[in-house]
Amino acid sequence: MEDAILFLLFAAIAVVCGINVVLQTHPISSALSLVGVMGALALIYLQLGGEFIAAAQLIVYAGAIMVLFVFVIMLLNAGKEQKLPRRLWVTYAGLPLLAIFIGIAAFVIHRMLPVTEGVKFGAMTHGNPQEIGRALFNIYLLPFEVTSVLILIAILGAVVLARKEIE
Amino acid sequence: MPDIPLPQSVPLAWYLILSAILFTLGVAGFLFRRNVITVFISIELMLNAVNLSFVTFSYKFKQVDGHIFSFFVMVVAAAEAAVGLAIILTIFKNRQTLEIDEVSSLKN
Repeated sequence: MEDAILFLLFAAIAVVCGINVVLQTHPISSALSLVGVMGALALIYLQLGGEFIAAAQLIVYAGAIMVLFVFVIMLLNAGKEQKLPRRLWVTYAGLPLLAIFIGIAAFVIHRMLPVTEGVKFGAMTHGNPQEIGRALFNIYLLPFEVTSVLILIAILGAVVLARKEIE
Repeated sequence: MPDIPLPQSVPLAWYLILSAILFTLGVAGFLFRRNVITVFISIELMLNAVNLSFVTFSYKFKQVDGHIFSFFVMVVAAAEAAVGLAIILTIFKNRQTLEIDEVSSLKN
C-alpha cells in the first residue's frame, strides 16, 4: 500500500516535470524541470533497491551534468525560442501518434509481464555499493577501464572544440 | 475519502510504463523543440527513461547487472554532454544562433 502511494507520488512528479521539460520555451526552465525528473527517478531507484545508482543519479546527473547545461545556457545567454509556423500535419498528427506509441508500449508491457509480481521496498538487496563494486571490478573490469579512455577522449574533444582560436 | 483500490505491492509493469511515458516525452521534445539546448535536454530525458528500465529489470532478476549498465549509461551521458555542449558552443560562435532550423549546412 505505502509502496504504491510512494511510487504514484514520485511518478506523478516525474511525469509533470517531464511534460514541463517539453512545454517550456526557455531552456533554463527545461533544464530545471529535468532536475525534478532526475530527483524523482532517484527516489524510484531507491524504491527498487538501487542505493548506489540513486546516489550516482543525484551526484552525476542532477549535479554534474545539469550544472554543465545551466552553465552553457548562461554562457550563451539563451533566450526564449521564437514561435514559427509549423506545418499543419505536424501539429495535428504528432501528439496522437505519440499517445498511440505510449498505448502500444503499455499494452505490450502488460501482456509480457505477469501481473502477480510486485515491487516491495527492501526486497532487492544487491544494489548496495559493495555488490556494485564487486561486479564492476570483476566481471566488468574491461568495460570500466575502456570507459576511462572514452572519458579522456571526450575531455580532449571538448577542449579542442571549445577552445579559443589563437591567431 | 473514496476507497481507491491500491495494490499491496507495485506491479513491475508500472515502472516500465513510466519509463515508456518519459521516453515518449523525450522523443516529443526532440522532435518539437527548436532550441538546440532543449533538444539536447530531451536526449538526456530519454537516457533517463532507459535507465529506469534497466534498474527495473535488475529488480526483476535480482541481479546487479542492470545497475552496472545504467551506471555506464550515466558515464557515457556525461561524456556526451561535455562533447555536445562544446559543439553547441562552436555552433553559437560561428553562427550566433541556437535555432536548430538555421543550422542546415549538411542539408542537400
